Amino acid sequence: MSELELVPKYPREKQTMINVNGDEAIAYAVKQSYVDVVAAYPITPQTIIVEKFSEFVANGETHTEFVAVESEHSAMSACVGAAASGARAFTATSSQGLALMVEVLYIASGLRLPMVLAVVNRALSAPINIHNDHSDAYLMRDAGWIMLFAENVQEAYDTTIQAFKISEHPDVQLPASVHIDGFFLSHTLENIYTLPDEAVYDFLGGPRKIAKVRVDYFDEEVNYALDPARPLSIGNLALYDYYFEIKVPQVLSMRKAEEVIKEVNEEWYKLTGRKYGNGLVDPFMVEDADIVIIAMGSSAGTVRSVVKKYREKGVKVGLLRIRSFRPFPHKDIVELLSGSKLVAVMDKGIGPGQYGALYLDVAASLYHSKSKPILVDYVYGLGGRDLSPEMVEQMINNLLKDLEKGYILEEERLRFLGVRG
Amino acid sequence: MVVKTLPEIQVKKGEPPYKIWIFEPGEKKELPLIFNLRQLAEQRRPALLPGHRMCAGCAAPIVVKLASFAFRGPTIVVTATGCLEVSTTIYPYTSWALPWIHNAFENAAATASGIEAAIKAMKKTGRLKYENVDVVVFAGDGGTYDIGFQALSGMAERGHDVLYILYDNEAYMNTGIQRSGGTPKYAWTTTSPVGRVIPGKSENKKPIADIMVAHRIPYVATATPAHWMDLVKKVRKGIEVNGPAFIHALSSCDRGWRHEESISVEVLRRAVDTCYFPLWEWSPETGYLLTDRSLVIARNPSLKQPIEKFLEVQGRFRHLLRPENKELVKQLQEYVDATWNDLLKRASNAPR
Amino acid sequence: MSSLKSWKEIPMGGVAYRLSTDVKTGDWRALKPVIDQNKCTKCMICWLFCPDMSIIWDGEKVYVNYDYCKGCGICANECPVKAISMVPELGE
Repeated sequence: MSELELVPKYPREKQTMINVNGDEAIAYAVKQSYVDVVAAYPITPQTIIVEKFSEFVANGETHTEFVAVESEHSAMSACVGAAASGARAFTATSSQGLALMVEVLYIASGLRLPMVLAVVNRALSAPINIHNDHSDAYLMRDAGWIMLFAENVQEAYDTTIQAFKISEHPDVQLPASVHIDGFFLSHTLENIYTLPDEAVYDFLGGPRKIAKVRVDYFDEEVNYALDPARPLSIGNLALYDYYFEIKVPQVLSMRKAEEVIKEVNEEWYKLTGRKYGNGLVDPFMVEDADIVIIAMGSSAGTVRSVVKKYREKGVKVGLLRIRSFRPFPHKDIVELLSGSKLVAVMDKGIGPGQYGALYLDVAASLYHSKSKPILVDYVYGLGGRDLSPEMVEQMINNLLKDLEKGYILEEERLRFLGVRG
Repeated sequence: MVVKTLPEIQVKKGEPPYKIWIFEPGEKKELPLIFNLRQLAEQRRPALLPGHRMCAGCAAPIVVKLASFAFRGPTIVVTATGCLEVSTTIYPYTSWALPWIHNAFENAAATASGIEAAIKAMKKTGRLKYENVDVVVFAGDGGTYDIGFQALSGMAERGHDVLYILYDNEAYMNTGIQRSGGTPKYAWTTTSPVGRVIPGKSENKKPIADIMVAHRIPYVATATPAHWMDLVKKVRKGIEVNGPAFIHALSSCDRGWRHEESISVEVLRRAVDTCYFPLWEWSPETGYLLTDRSLVIARNPSLKQPIEKFLEVQGRFRHLLRPENKELVKQLQEYVDATWNDLLKRASNAPR
Repeated sequence: MSSLKSWKEIPMGGVAYRLSTDVKTGDWRALKPVIDQNKCTKCMICWLFCPDMSIIWDGEKVYVNYDYCKGCGICANECPVKAISMVPELGE
């Protein structure tokens, strides 16, 4: 139990406990992260982040320039402008706002601009709905962003600060999004432990450091930024002769991000005493489990409590929480699920004409596992439908029957949990 | 020597003709406005390098070139997607001699807002290496009148210290001459073709500069590169004011307007001479003021040319010169007269 | 494509690494401007309006940089003393 032996630099007594909801926790983390520009637009259930942050600005508690833009598209565009200028930038949104941002999300990652976006996950229209599911997050899964899902308010705070560090790492230089479940986390109060401002400042290494690039016309490495001392052109037209070559390093940086997320998770642990699995995945009683449930976000808490209950009854069930949806932890999944017989993926979003996005990614991993567990997709929680412990129990009971049977027919592989039939 | 790879052209007097604009950190010098052209040619280099792939005869690079003679120091340029953007930055080349960014089509103003906010934040924390860094946007009519209008209006309302220069070639030229909110009535474009029933675009040009005046930002002006001194002065004013400024520069496109490449500047002169495109500036303190040639015409109305002078050199209006379309030209003339008279009423320096 | 750089050799984010002065747009030209130095008053109007930065003032005379001149003829049209004529390129 080496974990108990470690004395973090800031043990709990040196941290400050505050009672906040998920949105406030993120706003507070942003305030501590020495962010230069916040450009944001209100949308439920993200609005509290911008409200809270505006208060910090109005009270002179931060140097941040708060740009109250006229749309999410402009929010992300302003962040691109700010990040390209060498500033640390942040924005937050949900659902339709994220959909409006999508065009610029691809540009932010393509231009290799570090920044952080908090996505308070909410269902996409139509029908219009303000409550949580992951359909908005699924929308941005190929946008080239690092996507980290928090399970609770404490993790929302921790991950927001970590996200800046990961995003700005010299080997990464990619934008990162922090995802919390709308209302379940955004509007739910929790006591969380927070670091002193200077600890966050030191953790992030002060203000944003600018990456260096080399261009033919200067005889030295120059700032990858809009710098009047060494002018660069950012956002060029690249056609079939170079587009591909520009995209490949972007993809490879995402792989490097896997290592960096793990490192930052460890570093955070040494600083605060908190860590989330290996940073990419957070397994619970997976090792000897016959049945493994895979979930993201706040639902993991509900599943974990039911898993505990079943374990007490001797049922070999486990939970694998995916924390990093992008980069997707294929390697960890293969390793962790090597002994499992049945894997149920919980998808809080749909892919009409397809399985859920999380299922597809897990299936892609498991194709390379020797054990080849039976795989099933549970779509649940759409439009904010609550996931009760009873529903999880019902799911596990069904999975036990499937396991006994030893197979799942193709037409039964996509299941809806908690919908009136 | 920091900059490599520029062609080495020796000149007897002044700087070599092509230069990257470098402002070393802490440098404090305001570039003066120069109106003596030989002196200008010796002392100042445009922000746009040659080798760009704009069409021969395009006026947009002239707008950029002239505007850059008015820049006062460290400047960041933002460009919306469009001809100017794609033709000046075809990878791996760039024609921009100063820091330049392109984000997307509709968000140049929002991108500039973010840059300006970043400059402020870095200044506040002592990390800005200069006293000032100016932000200038170049965007076409599509990116301004239409798809980019929301971002522009938002930037104006929020008061960002950005100069937004619209180079208006009156259609989506980059995609192949489609009508925009800036296309004038009865102009031929590929999406407002001259058919048997419909004679080109059915609607009038959106009064974009007046709309920006309605935002009551510190400075709004119209300009053309043909009236270069007027344009240079206005750009400097737009940069100097504290807050958003908007300059509507008419910019001919020989491909889209269907005119000879060589008359790109002349056609803009005709636009002003016919009062199709009057030159004016506006600020909350002064209200509307006529400038340059338009002020001359206001004082001496006999100099005002008939609209045909503008139409006759452009293929996009060729159908209007047919006898059966006389009525349409009359309509256009009436529209031009009405907007001109309206401007004369508003301009405090117009003779009463 | 062998002369093009690999992904390992180009800078991050698609930032342009060369200047367009390496692109000689002079080969677009069908008509070339020729300045009659006897007529030229060195008023610099051609220099001012040239969209391709192809008119050079060396302190004594005005000449054309044919590396970039696309032959649009704006200089000839704007020249107040008609000192510039547009001559067909013969093609060498």
